[in-house]
Amino acid sequence: MSERIKKLRDYSINTKPSLSLERAGLLTEFYSSGKADKVSVPQARALAFKYILSNKEIPVNDGELIVGERGPAPLSTPTYPEICTHTEADFDILNSREKISFSIENELYDIQSNIISPFWSGRSIRDKIFNELDSEWKAAYSAGIFTEFQEQRAPGHTVLDDKIYKKGFKDFKKEIEESISNLDFFNDVNAFKKREELRAMSTCCDAIIIYAKRYSENLYLLAGSEKEPKRKLELETLAGICGRVPENAPNTFWEALQYYWFVHLGVITELNTWDSFNPGRLDRNLYPFWKRDIESGLLTKEDAKELLMSFWVKFNNQPAPPKVGVTAQESNTYTDFCLINLGGLDENGNDAVNELTYEILDVIEEMRILQPSSMVQISKKNPDKFLKRALNIIKTGFGQPSIFNTDAIISEMLRQGKTLPDARNGGASGCVETGAFGKESYILTGYFNIPKVLEITLHNGFDPRTGNKIGIETGSVETFLTFDDLISAFKKQIEYFIDIKIKGNLIIERVWAEYLPAPFLSILIDDCIKNGKDYNDGGARYNSSYIQGVGMGTITDSLTAFKYAVYDKKLITINDFIKALSINFKGYEKLRSLLLDESPKYGNDDDYADDILKQVFEIYFDAIDGRENTKGGKFRINLLPTTCHIYFGSVTGATPDGRLSGKPLSEGISPVQGSDRKGPTAVIKSAAKIDHLRTGGTLLNQKFTPQFLNSEEGIDNVLHLVRSYFKMDGHHIQFNVVTADTLRRAQKNPDEYRDLIVRVAGYSDYFVNLGIDLQNEIIERTEQLKN
Amino acid sequence: MDGVIFDIKRYAVHDGPGIRTTVFLKGCWLNCRWCHNPESKNAEPELIEVDSKFGCEEIQFGKKVSVEEVINEVVKDSVFYEQSKGGVTFSGGEPLYQIEFLKALLIESKKHNIHTAVDTSGYAPADSLESIYDYTDLFLYDLKLFDEKLHIEYTGQSNKQILKNLKYLDKLGEKVTLRIPLIPGITDTKDNLLLIINFVHKLKNIKKIDLLPYNKIGEGKYSRLKISDNITKLQSQSVDYLLEIKELFKSLDIDVRVNK
Repeated sequence: MSERIKKLRDYSINTKPSLSLERAGLLTEFYSSGKADKVSVPQARALAFKYILSNKEIPVNDGELIVGERGPAPLSTPTYPEICTHTEADFDILNSREKISFSIENELYDIQSNIISPFWSGRSIRDKIFNELDSEWKAAYSAGIFTEFQEQRAPGHTVLDDKIYKKGFKDFKKEIEESISNLDFFNDVNAFKKREELRAMSTCCDAIIIYAKRYSENLYLLAGSEKEPKRKLELETLAGICGRVPENAPNTFWEALQYYWFVHLGVITELNTWDSFNPGRLDRNLYPFWKRDIESGLLTKEDAKELLMSFWVKFNNQPAPPKVGVTAQESNTYTDFCLINLGGLDENGNDAVNELTYEILDVIEEMRILQPSSMVQISKKNPDKFLKRALNIIKTGFGQPSIFNTDAIISEMLRQGKTLPDARNGGASGCVETGAFGKESYILTGYFNIPKVLEITLHNGFDPRTGNKIGIETGSVETFLTFDDLISAFKKQIEYFIDIKIKGNLIIERVWAEYLPAPFLSILIDDCIKNGKDYNDGGARYNSSYIQGVGMGTITDSLTAFKYAVYDKKLITINDFIKALSINFKGYEKLRSLLLDESPKYGNDDDYADDILKQVFEIYFDAIDGRENTKGGKFRINLLPTTCHIYFGSVTGATPDGRLSGKPLSEGISPVQGSDRKGPTAVIKSAAKIDHLRTGGTLLNQKFTPQFLNSEEGIDNVLHLVRSYFKMDGHHIQFNVVTADTLRRAQKNPDEYRDLIVRVAGYSDYFVNLGIDLQNEIIERTEQLKN
Repeated sequence: MDGVIFDIKRYAVHDGPGIRTTVFLKGCWLNCRWCHNPESKNAEPELIEVDSKFGCEEIQFGKKVSVEEVINEVVKDSVFYEQSKGGVTFSGGEPLYQIEFLKALLIESKKHNIHTAVDTSGYAPADSLESIYDYTDLFLYDLKLFDEKLHIEYTGQSNKQILKNLKYLDKLGEKVTLRIPLIPGITDTKDNLLLIINFVHKLKNIKKIDLLPYNKIGEGKYSRLKISDNITKLQSQSVDYLLEIKELFKSLDIDVRVNK
């Protein structure tokens, strides 16, 4: 790593994120100027975007090779008052909370309460959504049955394909004009609406070009005053690049990287999209440029690596926008879920691993940085050498890259009705979400607390935590004479709450479509231009809405414990069992110990438990999959938690598997913490009993102590685990390689372990930034592996 | 047919090639004073007192199981065996102690096309080895102490039969991997190892030797099991010493590995 990259990296890691009101101020200036009132909503959004990009600061950091920050400086993070208008109390929390805080200067409090809040209060999406939703939705939401993804962040969850490497925004503008000229005002009743949207897209093309040209001018000025000849030349080159891209298609590797970065900033400045944004198949998309530049001598491999490293730092400079309330709890991290995809297949189904793939893996290993996250796509056609290289990075213990099954991802997309080329060009993003890159809006709409629904079922629709009735009456427990009776009541409750969630989603989708279109993002995702329709309004070729199931392990073990202790072994009556749960097993320690030790558990390749897992999967799948959203797409399921299993655990009482009240639920499709006792092959066999191909992603977390991977044979065996799991259609597996002692030391001396990155659940995070509960959970999981 | 086992361990990665399942059969003729599985010596299921969170409890070690039950567990990981060229390993105790049961397990495993390994001390009647030879793909064959007197002192039995059986298996083919447990000050002395090397020189078909450095896994177990006549508190070998040992084996021109 060169000295300057080291400096840029150090600055990025060691600077505390702060809050910036630059964007909020410019946005409010524009909207209160009256200009927005004169045009349609999409046009106003586009003009506001242009206003921000024409006026925001354009910092150039010392020594960097890729320019552009979302805020006025690295780690200076904007707010999006049109989505969520922070109160003074929100600012206090953001400023002072122990984890994932943002420093806020005093004067910002005044700006917020005198200028920003007065304008946006009542106008923000968050206010609108909470006004529109009914009392059933609110009751379930506050009980912690589900979360809502779109209440303070925009629908993103999409990834770029290769279009920007072939076309400039000049070309996109032409396409937009063409689409406008093709509008049929005689027959198409939506023609006017489409033209407004397309004009908005066209304005956004201008905006991003203006932004780049401002950089170009600034860089020429800086070059003029630069004394050091090498840097002077660099600044001049970079000034030239910013003059050409993104207006034109890129010609060189450097141009391609800078072009993507402008696009990335555009997307995350327009709205605070979930999963920031993502260049997707980076090795594939950049390879032609890299190869050409290396062969022509324009770049050495080392130069190219340095460019990539500078590019990497840019991602880490943009923490996830500040989140508050439940949203902060479900996704409590600075990570903004950009997941670089490497490997996989090309459009024709051939192995897509190339020389640049390995170069990028080197960069990942050397950078050891939180963002961007990275993954390898492994198809049966990809060589073992590639997977081994990835495992050799994983074994160093910073949780990257994670490993995905390309063949499963393709099958998942084909089942959803995507074309084979679109499926092969896709991958996974965010945590583990399957998507057709450049062509799909695949929105996560919220986590769903499956074990909590069992708790409601056991109390005939009441939430024992609050005494409120939030579910439907499915019978008191004495009427559950058989295990099937219990299951069928549970199924009815699931369906009831899913109905509420989906009803809410259908409203929320429209709120976004009507009030906050995303014309800039729409340029980038097919077929918004062709359809004259916004990304948030179903303009994409594919539009999927997900509800993410949480707690598969906990619910499986809980239902299994009932079957085992009440119905099969008759060790306890159902009423006594519920009493034990309601007093958190106090005085029932022997029962709890029996439940923990003897009741069969998911994760041990034991069909007694795993058959129940399959039953739960079917219930959840049937309640959701195939239902229509308002954007011409369908609802789908996936199984991942981010950090939501902690929040959901905190609102869920003791569960029949022996879990105590308030403790975390299991995460993803991983077994309950500590309940898998037959080793990784049994976990993998159990997990493979889920039909992954009917999901849009599942998350399996396996923690290993370093000993497992410290020899050639160890690596081989883990490789075989991965290949076997993928043979059985497993979607994703990730390995956390770290010792419990190391984690404990980090907990005690956080300052010495600032750079310790661990795999949490679908993403990596700095260990010291995790909440104490999550830290303890990870320590506990790691401890299990000692024996 | 039934037999007594005390454990089945999946993802066993040190008991032969690839990913394996190791089945531990109960019963052993030897009484090694460093034994890691002292509860495996007796061939019958037994109740042993242990400390638990609810005070002192009796726990049953070992259970009677049928061949079918064992094989049902073993085939569960077939997908991993196939992918990694792994299989099943029968260990102990001394698996040959229950020779008929072992033979039935091996025959069943082969019917499922699973690679088989037998982890043996070699202390068994010659005809036992002969009877399973055809169904065993690999013998993980322990050599502990070459000197007969020391062997008797530390294991309770002479090693004559062990060496004889080894020569017999060596004559039949290339199915043997030698395993030398390195017990500090007992089997890891240069004197002992040079004697073993000298002996191996005379064998024809040994292609691989595993050196097993000492680890302390067994010690916590002894205190829980209230077993006191075992040797404990030994120091694991240093890396330098392990390298020295490995050097000794150079003259053999055999693949010698130190298992971690």
